[in-house]
Amino acid sequence: MAALLQQIVSGLSTGGVYASLALALVLIYQATGVVNFAQGEMAMFTTYLAWTMINAGWPYWAAFAATLAIAFAAGVLIERVIIRPVENAPVLTIVMVSIGLLTIFNSIAGWIYTYTVKPFPSPFPSTPINLGPTTISLQDLGVGGVSLFVLVVMYVFFRHTTLGLAMRAVVENPVGSRLVGIRVGWMLALGWGLASLVGAVAGMLVAPLVFLEPNMMSGILIYAFASATLGGFNSAGGAVLGGFLMGVIENLVGTYVTFIGTELKLTVALAVILLTLLIKPTGLFGRVAVSRV
Amino acid sequence: MAALLEASNLEAYYGWSKVLHGLRFAVEKDKVTVVLGANGAGKTTLLRAISGMIRTGGEIRFAGERIDGQAPEDIVRRGIAHVPEGRGTFINLTVEENLRLGAYVRKDKTGIREDLDRVFHFFPVLKEKSRNPAGVLSGGEQQMLALARGLMLRPRLLLLDEPSLGLAPVLVMELFRIVRAINESEGVTVLLVEQDAVAALELAHQAYLLETGSIVTSGPAAELRENDSIRRSYLGY
Ligand SMILES: Nc1ncnc2c1ncn2[C@@H]1O[C@H](COP(=O)(O)OP(=O)(O)OP(=O)(O)O)[C@@H](O)[C@H]1O
Ligand SMILES: [Mg+2]
Repeated sequence: MAALLQQIVSGLSTGGVYASLALALVLIYQATGVVNFAQGEMAMFTTYLAWTMINAGWPYWAAFAATLAIAFAAGVLIERVIIRPVENAPVLTIVMVSIGLLTIFNSIAGWIYTYTVKPFPSPFPSTPINLGPTTISLQDLGVGGVSLFVLVVMYVFFRHTTLGLAMRAVVENPVGSRLVGIRVGWMLALGWGLASLVGAVAGMLVAPLVFLEPNMMSGILIYAFASATLGGFNSAGGAVLGGFLMGVIENLVGTYVTFIGTELKLTVALAVILLTLLIKPTGLFGRVAVSRV
Repeated sequence: MAALLEASNLEAYYGWSKVLHGLRFAVEKDKVTVVLGANGAGKTTLLRAISGMIRTGGEIRFAGERIDGQAPEDIVRRGIAHVPEGRGTFINLTVEENLRLGAYVRKDKTGIREDLDRVFHFFPVLKEKSRNPAGVLSGGEQQMLALARGLMLRPRLLLLDEPSLGLAPVLVMELFRIVRAINESEGVTVLLVEQDAVAALELAHQAYLLETGSIVTSGPAAELRENDSIRRSYLGY
């Protein structure tokens, strides 16, 4: 029983990472109607930037904050320069552009930083602390805590600020949004900026665990897909919950279904995607838009 | 008589097809002006032209300044609220959020708060349902919400696209009574496009008749009510 609880608690920690990346996917999906396949590579690339700053002697949290700022600006820029021209193009075109971005970020990272695996520092010690019947490492607690904090900030932003409201309005009804004066193009760019920012958080938090290399996010991205699918691609809150669930599922399956072990973890994510699409295609919290005719 | 909005030689296009053919009309300050026309006459297009949603030719002046060719986002900022065909409601957002979006371009927080109370006073049903998603409102309630959202801009000019559409006759009367009250007590100039000629001519001061993209008749609403050919083709008595 204690072991089970142990697995759940540490699952919630990686779950925070999946939740962040899933939220990034959903933010862009809602704004553009497509999944941004480059989300993981964008996170990877910004994590390299953090690594560069830390190696240059910056304190961890200064590098963390600077990386978030750069990630945000880069997300806005990518939308303005690369996505904007294809905004009204067929979905397939935008998907291809995002796959193009994925390849570009991957090769540039490989070119600058090589494909050698690098350690990435964690700001949290791995000291275990006792929580009732279970122990949790400060590392896990920190990762879960930071992602939870970022997710709460995002929630407050979208629920309680005029800008957040405007962004939700644009997702739902771009034409009506323009008529009330919202600059739709900038809201979409802002969506990319925020997605890139939460993606960067995920990248920096997970890098100490998976180590830094240009393909470090591929597995994480599949789990983020699974999270968003499970929670519902049109529900930001659902995707976040899906992320935490996936963290737990991953851990439980890895521990208790021995023939899967750690090697076949990706299969678990794919199975979740498949099962969700078969049983409830909108995801647990996804809704079919209410509308009156 | 001062015109708040003036259009001359106004043309409008969807792609290459021209839908408005050189209109001249004026919306007088503090008055209600109605543009009547059958399905496909170009009423919606006329409002879209004013608020910058489509390509136009000719000239549109608002308070003396050219606004043609400007983007909708900038035209709203001049104080023109457009309540579009289909009402433009954000159905997944709450009623109150819809209203707050109406005031999106305003910066005066206390003024917005006051106006929220004011529209709740005009439309008590919206206050009751302020936390509900707008999508669950009835058709009539959604029309009230759309009108209220327009008012939240504290507009100088309110553009209304067939507010009567899909409403029972008593509701249309109720809605037009509110539009009249808003026009009189708040000094909001209104440009209304309508098919329901009986109700609209009752409400309006000035009227235009649009047929396939051209204005065929215009004059004080009271005169158009008496006009025989209009009576036969639009009023049905
Ligand atoms: N988006 C569009 N693309 C191309 N043509 C359009 C478009 N919208 C309207 N039209 C055409 O423009 C003309 C005028 O349409 P408009 O919608 O302005 O008429 P309306 O008077 O508002 O009609 P209704 O009373 O049915 O709303 C019609 O011939 C219509 O087919
Ligand atoms: Mg119309």
